[in-house]
Amino acid sequence: MKIEYYIVLSLALFCIGIAGVLTRRNAIIIFMCIELMLNAVNLLLVAFSKMHHVAEGAKNVAMAGIDGQLFVFFIMVVAAAEVSVGLAIIVMMYRNTHSVDVNFLNRLKH
Amino acid sequence: MNAIVISAIWGVIMMFSGAFSKNLKTVRALSIVGIALLFVVNLLELYGTHLFTVDTKGMLQFDSFGLLFNAIAIGSTAVYFLLNGRDMEKVGLHVAEYYALIFFVLCGISIASSFSSLLMLFLAIEIISIPLYILTGADKRNLKSNEASLKYFLMGAFSTGIMLMGICLIFGAKGSFSIEQIALGDGTLTPMVGAGLLLLMFSLAFKVSAAPFHFWTPDVYDGAPTVFTSFMATIVKAGLFIAFIKLFGDAFGELHGQWQTLIAIITAATLIIGNLTAVFQQSVKRMLAYSSIAQAGFMLFSLVALNGMGREGLLYYTLAYSIPTIGIFAILVRMKDYTFEGFNGLAKHQPVLAAVTSIFLLSLAGIPATAGFMGKFYMLSAAIQNGHVMWLVIIGIICAAISVYYYFRVIQAMYFKEGDAQELETSSFHKGLLVLMAAFVIFIGIQPQWLLNQLYTFFS
Repeated sequence: MKIEYYIVLSLALFCIGIAGVLTRRNAIIIFMCIELMLNAVNLLLVAFSKMHHVAEGAKNVAMAGIDGQLFVFFIMVVAAAEVSVGLAIIVMMYRNTHSVDVNFLNRLKH
Repeated sequence: MNAIVISAIWGVIMMFSGAFSKNLKTVRALSIVGIALLFVVNLLELYGTHLFTVDTKGMLQFDSFGLLFNAIAIGSTAVYFLLNGRDMEKVGLHVAEYYALIFFVLCGISIASSFSSLLMLFLAIEIISIPLYILTGADKRNLKSNEASLKYFLMGAFSTGIMLMGICLIFGAKGSFSIEQIALGDGTLTPMVGAGLLLLMFSLAFKVSAAPFHFWTPDVYDGAPTVFTSFMATIVKAGLFIAFIKLFGDAFGELHGQWQTLIAIITAATLIIGNLTAVFQQSVKRMLAYSSIAQAGFMLFSLVALNGMGREGLLYYTLAYSIPTIGIFAILVRMKDYTFEGFNGLAKHQPVLAAVTSIFLLSLAGIPATAGFMGKFYMLSAAIQNGHVMWLVIIGIICAAISVYYYFRVIQAMYFKEGDAQELETSSFHKGLLVLMAAFVIFIGIQPQWLLNQLYTFFS
């Protein structure tokens, strides 16, 4: 398939993620939207990796473009670490306010 | 490499020290030993002794600029530990973990000062950020701390997502994550590179709290426990700046003409918004948060100018900004009332503390004969040397003049207003260290050559 399809799909997912982060009020859903953004990036990285591999593969370089796929694993690992910290923070918040609504987050304004 | 490995190992050691020893003194002593060791191994590397030889496949490159920056960051952290050790114990029960997290942040900063691949940039920024989310929420029962932590986390993760998209688009256009490969090319901006560059710039501006991406900063700095605000606003911010200037200087230096105007506008906005909003604050802690935005504006000058002077100036500025800010926070953290009124009459009850606070504030305001003045001088002259952005220099000078107002409000409260000063528990060690820091601020303000000579010997 052409690379443009992947770019459009990934950018669409990415924009859905951004729109979700900006409009949703529930902390967990915001969190899911951030994950959606990261996964859009993962998808695009793999697609680019394949694209560069095909392009460089003509020169008989077996490992060409492979680092894009490597990067995906790093993103997954870091995202997992981030999720564990983030969920812990949300749980801590829930224990104190019994809500995960980010509209509660207005004490610091005053 | 020395600093990266040792700081990671020492972070783990600190974690175990909390499990095996209930004695807080042991933990504190261990942290001091760790930071001293870190400083020494970093200096060793600067003089050519590599304790570890790791083949990083060209993903990390250690130059004297990065190592000098490490030395400044680690040295400031050592001062921070010595000053704030006792206050950290008041935040919560898990003191050893706080130290461990700070060591992990230092590991991230050491990577940020030496990356030469976008993969390492991403890891460095995440290793710096994730421990900070935890430190911000360290005061678990306090709603403000919870809120700051959640806000910081959501904003930080969001900007990470944007940064990753930027990296991904750059990879798509250039086919490599290596900074050298990205820097190659004829200096034309293809749409994909342009979009990636913009996304990277926005996300890094987010991390260093440059306007218009600064809105999380005052809330997070205000809500976080004051000891950790002090760390976040100084050392961490400088560490992120190093990553910013390394990326844009090394990878996109050829395209400098294309993004210079944009970064100059961001700088101007940061200076104006930071300084004007700081004027209207009632709480000194929140004022310092806005002041950190304003100072970030000055650090951005190095990115606008992107020349040797700007880079040296950034190192100098890091020191000239971190030391006074750490000092003021170390006094603020022991107060109960964070408003300007809380400082009323401090000069009568605590003459020494009032004097050192004044020196620190004078330095932040950029009054001559202090480090802050020379820092601003270097930043502005770097921009003048560059020559394309004279309007920005004028805005910078006007903003420095505005900043005098809100810094001097604290001095005025301390010396010219009557009031019952609050009880402040200080030890003679605490005071002595603060006096030494004030002396150092004046010393490098009068003798900037001393510090710069140290820099030049390494740069040449």
